[in-house]
Amino acid sequence: MSCLTDKFDRLRRTYPAEMTSSLVLPLLQLMQEEKGHLTESDALFIAGYLGVPGMQVKEALTWYSMLYRRPVGRHVIKVCRNIACSLLGAERLLEHLKAKLGIGEGETTADGRFTLLAVECLASCGTAPAMQVNDTYHERLSEVEIDRILQELA
Amino acid sequence: MTEARVFFNFEVTADSHTLAAYRRRGGYQALERALYSLQPTGVEAEVTLSGLRGRGGAGFPTGKKWSFVDKASPVVYLCCNADEGEPGTFKDRWVFEQAPHQLIEGVLLAAYALRVRHAFIYLRGEFDLPLRRLRAALMEAQDAGLVGERILGTDFSCDIIVHRGAGAYVCGEESSLLTSLEGFKAYPRNKPPFPAVKGLYQAPTVINNVETLATVPWIIAHGGAAYARLGAEKNSGTRLFGISGHVERPGLYERPTGYPLKMIIFDDAGGIRGGKPLKAVIPGGSSTPILKAAEIDGITLDAESVAAAGSMLGSGGIIVIAEGTCMVRLLQVLSRFYRHESCGQCTPCREGSAWMDKIVGRIVAGNGDKGDLERLESITRGIMGNTVCALGDAASMPVVSFLRKFREEFEYYIEHGRSMNGGRLEI
Repeated sequence: MSCLTDKFDRLRRTYPAEMTSSLVLPLLQLMQEEKGHLTESDALFIAGYLGVPGMQVKEALTWYSMLYRRPVGRHVIKVCRNIACSLLGAERLLEHLKAKLGIGEGETTADGRFTLLAVECLASCGTAPAMQVNDTYHERLSEVEIDRILQELA
Repeated sequence: MTEARVFFNFEVTADSHTLAAYRRRGGYQALERALYSLQPTGVEAEVTLSGLRGRGGAGFPTGKKWSFVDKASPVVYLCCNADEGEPGTFKDRWVFEQAPHQLIEGVLLAAYALRVRHAFIYLRGEFDLPLRRLRAALMEAQDAGLVGERILGTDFSCDIIVHRGAGAYVCGEESSLLTSLEGFKAYPRNKPPFPAVKGLYQAPTVINNVETLATVPWIIAHGGAAYARLGAEKNSGTRLFGISGHVERPGLYERPTGYPLKMIIFDDAGGIRGGKPLKAVIPGGSSTPILKAAEIDGITLDAESVAAAGSMLGSGGIIVIAEGTCMVRLLQVLSRFYRHESCGQCTPCREGSAWMDKIVGRIVAGNGDKGDLERLESITRGIMGNTVCALGDAASMPVVSFLRKFREEFEYYIEHGRSMNGGRLEI
């Protein structure tokens, strides 16, 4: 944990001293980057480090959709299915991905490589349809393009 | 076009987002001018004179918002609302990715006017390239003495902190953004008090949208009066309009306010895909009431004109829908979104958005009930105006307007258990 608290300390110095509570999300994000997903004891560790109530950190952990409370695959694929993407074929692409990966929404492949999620709006409406693989955006998607991306990740 | 451009005034190249490129096109000269020759009140006066109205959706006059802050308060915070999440809206992303220094300069000018020591950019969590570009730009600015202690050798000091969200649409609501920035699940707050009086950590706080702040350098460089001369009378300036959906050339366009809606759809965006007829337009992001094709004649892109047609210009995210689209299934896409994003604090929004989504869902599944449309309308009446923030209204407005404009499609779906348009979203 000491290497992690070093990173926590560095991040903490970038915020004004009186804003300890504001570090809840940044620290949860940092910890998730290290560990892949977060547990209740991770939340309590952060609460202890910051000196804020454990309930506050646990609530944040359960409330924000980008914080994972279960293990996810090495590649998390988020397919946008909101209005602009739907109008340009998001449902078709989601079905294609399900068939390709052999999993449903919210599931992870047995080999732990891919997790497939349907998400609400990636702000890629002008370049729809879109998906995000880990942090990287892929836009103006087609089935062919998806196949190419999956092959590259394999 | 020869109109003045506040954003699209340079060629996007591999390095046009860097400090060197921004300086080459006159970047940070407005900051120098402000720090060396204007008082903070002078910056505020120019912004007031410009007539700039907030670009996040509500359109509140920026100078007036700044004037509400007690400048004598020992601490004043500035938050840049960079949590772009309204479906149909993708304009701020361009600013982070292509003009991050223009945003930073705008934040610094606002911070100077408002006597802010610490400014925050609350950035949407999903945005990865924007985050990297923004962080890199901040490093460059810090190294150049443009951010931090004694900026450009003056007494003005300001730190800018990029705070990354974690995937919650409601954080785009200004009071929720503050709650989130304070490290809690992002419940919105009752107003008053408004953030300008009691905001972040109870201190006076100004919250401005990305496009709003990134416009300020142009205003200081050219003068508020010059900006006021651009665009429509009560809605000065240019705006970033995003067009998405069934058009040939979706994308981001900068146009003066007062520009004809039909022109942006049919000329700039190339008209409807495959030459199909236009069915409907959502003019300002997914929460704004939908307009039928026949209703968009004569609409210009300014708040008054769109309001007169019964909708809102909102965030400038124009969603275009072609003939043949199933409006029942399209409403389901929206009702699912608002159900998902309701924060859960207010009962009418939490329960109402879920109930509406459930009813639309059962109509789509072919199990609609004869009273469902009246039930949906009754639920919207229970939500609208009865919640802490506007998300409840945002969830209700599409339901109200879809039912008003395309009622026959909903009735057909309930009666026959299937869509009169084959359930198509993609054309």
